[in-house]
Amino acid sequence: MQRHVLSVLVENEPGVLSRVVGLFSSRGFNIDSLNVAPALEDGVSHMTITTYGDSMILEQIMKQLHKIVSVIKVMDFADVPAVEREMMFLKIQAEGVMRGEILRTVEIFRCKVIDVSPNEMTIEATGDHEKLEAIISLFQRFGIKELIRTGSLVMRRSKRAD
Amino acid sequence: MECTGAYILLESLKREGVDLLFGYPGGAVIDIYDELPRHPDIRHVLVRHEQAAVHAADGYARASGKVGVCLATSGPGATNTVTGIATAYSDSIPLVVITGQVPTALIGNDAFQEVDIVGITRSCTKHNFLVKDINKLALTIRQAFFLARSGRPGPVLIDLPKDIVQAKTEFIWPEEVYMRSYNPTYKPNLNQLRRTVEELSQASRPVILAGGGVIMANASDELGMLARRLQIPVTSTLMGLGGFPVTDELSLGMVGMHGTYAANLAINHADLLLCVGARFDDRVTGKLTAFAPKARIVHIDIDPTSIRKNVAVQVPVVGDCKLALRGVLDICEAKLAEHDWAGQHADWLKTVWDWKASKPLAYHKGEHIKPQEVIEALCQLTKGDAVISTEVGQHQMWVAQFFSFTRPRTLLTSGGLGTMGFGFPAAIGAQMALPDKMVITVAGDSSLQMNIQELATSVACNLPLKVVILNNKHMGMVRQWQELFYKGNYSCTNMEAQPDFVKLAEAYGAEGYRIEKSEDLLPVLEKAFSSDKTALIDVMVEREENVYPIVPAGAALDEMLLV
Repeated sequence: MQRHVLSVLVENEPGVLSRVVGLFSSRGFNIDSLNVAPALEDGVSHMTITTYGDSMILEQIMKQLHKIVSVIKVMDFADVPAVEREMMFLKIQAEGVMRGEILRTVEIFRCKVIDVSPNEMTIEATGDHEKLEAIISLFQRFGIKELIRTGSLVMRRSKRAD
Repeated sequence: MECTGAYILLESLKREGVDLLFGYPGGAVIDIYDELPRHPDIRHVLVRHEQAAVHAADGYARASGKVGVCLATSGPGATNTVTGIATAYSDSIPLVVITGQVPTALIGNDAFQEVDIVGITRSCTKHNFLVKDINKLALTIRQAFFLARSGRPGPVLIDLPKDIVQAKTEFIWPEEVYMRSYNPTYKPNLNQLRRTVEELSQASRPVILAGGGVIMANASDELGMLARRLQIPVTSTLMGLGGFPVTDELSLGMVGMHGTYAANLAINHADLLLCVGARFDDRVTGKLTAFAPKARIVHIDIDPTSIRKNVAVQVPVVGDCKLALRGVLDICEAKLAEHDWAGQHADWLKTVWDWKASKPLAYHKGEHIKPQEVIEALCQLTKGDAVISTEVGQHQMWVAQFFSFTRPRTLLTSGGLGTMGFGFPAAIGAQMALPDKMVITVAGDSSLQMNIQELATSVACNLPLKVVILNNKHMGMVRQWQELFYKGNYSCTNMEAQPDFVKLAEAYGAEGYRIEKSEDLLPVLEKAFSSDKTALIDVMVEREENVYPIVPAGAALDEMLLV
């Protein structure tokens, strides 16, 4: 089951989010992450959905999304050269001697400390899916008290001049 | 000139060609009803339950090919339409359902008779709208009709808050309708049509599987031409019956759970399956892994989601069935004009015809009237020239098996959702669409009771339609399953406590007849059919007759239990 990031352009009208989400739940498809925000064009929203499935399921998801009257365009980025980023906040247990090591890890992954208290640090991290997974597993040993992620954003890479 | 929302609604319906509206008044739509008498071009049919309004609009649409329209009030009126909407959605029937809503200022306040019908029907409509601006009302109606009748048709709901109906604005009718996010594919890809012809020219054991899409697309003539020109046997799904005459020697009848021996065997021995406007429902395929195991599959459908949803397909063709079949025929004529199709399939046709002759649909006569006998009598009396609507259950399958459907739009049945209570109100709609046609509902005693109150509607409208009950005082299909698959544990399927249907019909002002002996069957039916009134004929049939063949749920198509 391959991971797929879908980019969906929809008419920005009331109920459009439930049309899309309702499709996934009623047909038993998975949503791993989802984010929605206005697109460049007025009246259009951009949804980015990450999902898992084999090729037949993915084909159905794409077709079913297309069938929703409010959906303008659907793209699957699985086999397209694209940049992908996701942001997350991590609240870490940070006391005494551990603080230095936490800061060094923050440095290595080019994360940012955005909030500090005597015994906690909140860290902002940005990267693709794999990078965030790696960061989480590294910070696990300090003790993650809270974690929140935005879900992925993708954009097709510009064509390189030959 | 400024007009009210109610005026704009009715004027827009008129411009969409609506002459019939099935509905039931209530607080949220009272302004529409207030306006209605000033629009004599639109005839309103007052039903006795909102569910029946939707089924009647549905029957009207199935019989006429036009969009059916119905109107209900907010809250319970709206929720009562849901079963009808889901029925139409399952069978791709074009409907516009208009519901009243509480005033916009009250939406979300749990107001009296408020329900989020747009939310409730999101998964069983093709699309739905809540109109919050009167200036968008005319455009919304235009879009609703455009969506309902184009592409793969389906029901569209418009929710109209009371203040929008009362508000005033200038009426501007949008001549053009365009939705950038909705653009169905009608014209099939030429390459895919060429590949289809290539598959056909190489097949030695081809079968056509025709579904409701053939009827929707008015493609029966093209289907007939292709089958006869290429000498390919045709099987139909329940929804496809009438799309190809079952009296034709190439017809194998219905396929699937209660399909014929010949049809089910043909599917499982075919080396090519040309599926036209069908969606491989589980009642058609049986066990998926054993379905058409030797066949390459060409699938023609206007809805891309139908293709490769259940069954892997070698040649997908997205487009209108009529255009696709026409295209395939044209290529055959252009490139293979001299091809000996009959010779190519001679052995296969002989095999298929042997199957057909060796195990035709059959039943044993007995002491009591057999339900199959009744259907044969109906077919004989009407010479097959009637519109038959059914409820859901055993009687529905007997109609599908024993009535000779030869023309499209003559069988009106809830195939996808299997809605008991559909048939009788659907017949009301069909009779309204075709006032000069013989319209008959074949019902079970259980199904009929789900919308029997519509006798009042039928009598009030002076409809000559006939209701034939195959009365076995059972919920027959469930009883059959209990007998065959649940060790005879007849839990809650005995329907002996039932009204005297003859007296009930008479109480409603209809004619009532009862038939208990085989010899009375033809004369009493004939008498009832010659009446110009609504007539109910209660036929007491063998109580424990089963529908055969039957493919047990989850079994392969060739694992049929025969009579």
